[in-house]
Amino acid sequence: MAVLVLADRGETVSQPTRSAVAAAQKLGGEVHVLVLGAEGAAAAAKLPGVAKVLVAKGDSMALAEPVAALLVSLAPGYDALLAPGSAAGKNVLPRVAALLDVQIISDVAGVEGPDTFRRFIYAGNALATVKTSDAKKVMTIRAASFDPVPAEGGNAAIEDAAAAADPGVSTFVGAEIVKLERPELTAARVVVSGGRALGSLENFKILDGVADRLGAAIGASRAAVDAGYAPNDMQVGQTGKIVAPELYIAFGISGAIQHLAGMKDSKVIVAVNKDEEAPIFQVADYGLVGDVFKIIPELETELDKK
Amino acid sequence: MKILVPVKRVVDYNVKVRVKADGTGVETANVKMSMNPFDEIAVEEAVRLKEKGMATEIVAVSVGPTAAQEQIRTALAMGADRGILVEAEGTEPLAVAKILKALVEKEGPQIVILGKQAIDDDMNATGQMLAALLGWGQGTFASKVEIADGSARVTREIDGGLETVALKLPAIVTADLRLNEPRYASLPNIMKARKKPIETVKPGDLGVDVTPRLTVLKVEEPPKRQAGKKVGSVAELVDKLRNEAKVI
Repeated sequence: MAVLVLADRGETVSQPTRSAVAAAQKLGGEVHVLVLGAEGAAAAAKLPGVAKVLVAKGDSMALAEPVAALLVSLAPGYDALLAPGSAAGKNVLPRVAALLDVQIISDVAGVEGPDTFRRFIYAGNALATVKTSDAKKVMTIRAASFDPVPAEGGNAAIEDAAAAADPGVSTFVGAEIVKLERPELTAARVVVSGGRALGSLENFKILDGVADRLGAAIGASRAAVDAGYAPNDMQVGQTGKIVAPELYIAFGISGAIQHLAGMKDSKVIVAVNKDEEAPIFQVADYGLVGDVFKIIPELETELDKK
Repeated sequence: MKILVPVKRVVDYNVKVRVKADGTGVETANVKMSMNPFDEIAVEEAVRLKEKGMATEIVAVSVGPTAAQEQIRTALAMGADRGILVEAEGTEPLAVAKILKALVEKEGPQIVILGKQAIDDDMNATGQMLAALLGWGQGTFASKVEIADGSARVTREIDGGLETVALKLPAIVTADLRLNEPRYASLPNIMKARKKPIETVKPGDLGVDVTPRLTVLKVEEPPKRQAGKKVGSVAELVDKLRNEAKVI
């Protein structure tokens, strides 16, 4: 049994990738990591429990079609192909699965056995246990369900992956990556989120002070994103990012099912809402009823006291 | 240019789903069913391309029970021209992709626009799988689609921002939330849709084996989080976070 994990691109290994490595270790056998672009190889080689890092170079590795072709060419050496359930993993792995005539298992939240897995369905409202009859497993991994392996501690061999042919049906035009001054949402230790109660894009900035003091990432509910108060990539929820920080603070978020699906695995949840009946209080460890615009400045003052 | 748009019949997104007591699935009897919301966005995008003169015909396809005709009618009322119902239940994304591949080979569309994900099984796979089986390029999680000179320029939502890819036609696009806001069908269009043709076929007619690869062993309620306590003041909250939860 050997497992290949497709890492998210980047110089460091993303937390969802480290969770996927943790899931791979649960399957058993040797774990290899495939890195796209030379810059990620050194960091991946330090992951504990990883036997080998394969590096695929070349511009085409920014595209789903050539990456899928590469994974298919590597597939005969592995019993399972895994990727984090990131936008990149979800783009590529179903394509790989279909090329191998395998039914993908998306967003795996638990490994019950070599062919039995748990995953959420219906926006996190039900948990299904499924058994696959496919000999080769192709799966994306729900990061919030697996404690990530540490970033350091290993010393894997690094090898170049043999290039596979680019199917030539797509070209990369460009990317606009929002420059982050804060930790990435899915990797942050603390997340501070705002909902529609904040009322405007301008008012949303009120979260900055608390986020600065806690070193937190800033998130938003779908309602706030749809209203234009926050950009799309800040959305926490079933249709946005799934987060599981140590501390999640929800300001003016009512707690729609779709939002809860994205944050209910957080270790400690704090809810601040003026409606004491808001469903968010059903999942919050600590609830504070009141006006966010009054509470946030008080919270800043209190956090400044050591 | 012809566009194929697959639409799925799912439990309406406003329904609070209930897990069946016997653990075999979720309750779907007497529950409101609708078109998968991401598929509505896909239909809307196809209709807009037709309104701009980029497309000549839109074919709406559903793989599902007989009742999935309702969702095809909804697509027809939004502006699709005709429908195909493939009668099959419990099909997995791989089987659906194989069915769609057979229909694509018959119909010859230049673009297939799908929703990025169905809100029942949350697999997020059918579009990518169809692209793989056809050997076409894929523009998944699209927030903008431009068609020109035999190519589709697709702006995609990725972690941390957006990226743009150019795909040779024919190609696959999967719709994300912000691609557009789907229209409501007007009453005259709903009436007109009743006269539009829907063809019914079986997977066997298309030569597709839909045997599932996954067996559902059980479906259960997710572990519930206990509601905690209300605190009376900001000072108490910060004290609890520092000294009880020890997270700050």
